[in-house]
Amino acid sequence: MSTFLGLYNYWIVVLLMMGGFYVVIAQGNLIKKVVGLNIFQTSVFILYISMGKVHGATAPIIARGYHLYTNPIPSVLILTAIVVGVATTAVGLALAVRVRENYGSIQDDRLTEEEDGEPGR
Amino acid sequence: MLAGLYSFVSAGLFVVMDAVDVAFTEAAVGAGISTVLMLSTLALTSRRSKRSIRTRALPLLVVLVTGTALIYGTLDMPHYGSPGAPANHHVAPRYLRESMPKTNVPNVVTSVLASYRGYDTLGETTVVFTAVVGVTILLGVRRRRPNRPRDGGDDS
Amino acid sequence: MTGHLVLRVVAKLLLPLILLFALYVQFHGDFGPGGGFQAGVIFAAGFILYALIFGVRQGRRVLPGWLAHNLVAVGLLIYAGTGVATLALGGNFLDYNVLAHAPAEGQELGIMLIEFGVGVAVSSAMIIIVYMFAGRGEDDGEEDRE
Repeated sequence: MSTFLGLYNYWIVVLLMMGGFYVVIAQGNLIKKVVGLNIFQTSVFILYISMGKVHGATAPIIARGYHLYTNPIPSVLILTAIVVGVATTAVGLALAVRVRENYGSIQDDRLTEEEDGEPGR
Repeated sequence: MLAGLYSFVSAGLFVVMDAVDVAFTEAAVGAGISTVLMLSTLALTSRRSKRSIRTRALPLLVVLVTGTALIYGTLDMPHYGSPGAPANHHVAPRYLRESMPKTNVPNVVTSVLASYRGYDTLGETTVVFTAVVGVTILLGVRRRRPNRPRDGGDDS
Repeated sequence: MTGHLVLRVVAKLLLPLILLFALYVQFHGDFGPGGGFQAGVIFAAGFILYALIFGVRQGRRVLPGWLAHNLVAVGLLIYAGTGVATLALGGNFLDYNVLAHAPAEGQELGIMLIEFGVGVAVSSAMIIIVYMFAGRGEDDGEEDRE
């Protein structure tokens, strides 16, 4: 039981991560794949932040009267990762828009069969 | 909509875990910008997704195997919130101790981001710039009628 | 048109508050949660709200595309320029101790400068991305390359 209480945050993260992973590999729609990737990303953020938390500590802003602070380093990494994540999501969605314009579809099974059929419709 | 709600809930989680800067950024970016991007893309492509014909069994199997392996891997991790975890003892106490005397900035996350790890933040800003260049190249040049089939020549 | 009227009035009331809050977050990033990234995103959210409600064309009149493109580069150059300035003043790259008479003052100044650069770059980047996406649907053949 104490194992569960100590490790439940990791298991929640693994659950979310597998949900996102399933969406990426099982969905055919390009936009849904990007959404799955976002779910995966956010679960990784939760993993890192939960690794830095210390019980009974406060946020890492030095103030008088507080002696125990949470680890600031995961926050720094994840801050960068969030902004880079939204930038790459933007590029991915821009690619999806262009694919739709050039090939008429964003379902990847229809895209592959068109590629095997006649390229350059 | 659900993606925006998901980002908002995760921002709440970050606040509970004492990472207020991250919660701020995730709420602004995830619940704001990402939702606008998704809605714009849906408006530009198609509103409904077509039924997919592929089988669901193989991805489910892969996901279950990977999930089991990951849970097995987490059995050795330090417990949630323990102050003795190795992640909390390498450079973090040094940063927390020396941030105020050396940089006069109470917010340790900002001082680490901008001063102790300033070079990484320069690289990250460059990544954002490059993403803007990428989106501009992909979406910035207008064609006269976007749904015209390609006719074998690039005439932009 | 009544629904749009409510949106327009509320947006006009909220916009100055949003931009002011973004500036507050930018410059108070040293004392509380905040800093360059958060402030940049909130600042961009104000302009994006305006463009969503009043139309992308109107939004482009307020903040033109060429200005946003230049501001992304300017933000990045402020950051790298601070690094080059520290090189010119005799320290290492991005070593803020040499920027002022005392090391702690130099650190404070350096942090404020680069957070400002990051804020400008991130806000312009978000605005450009939304302009590109929202402006793609308009089909009147207007050339957009600046």
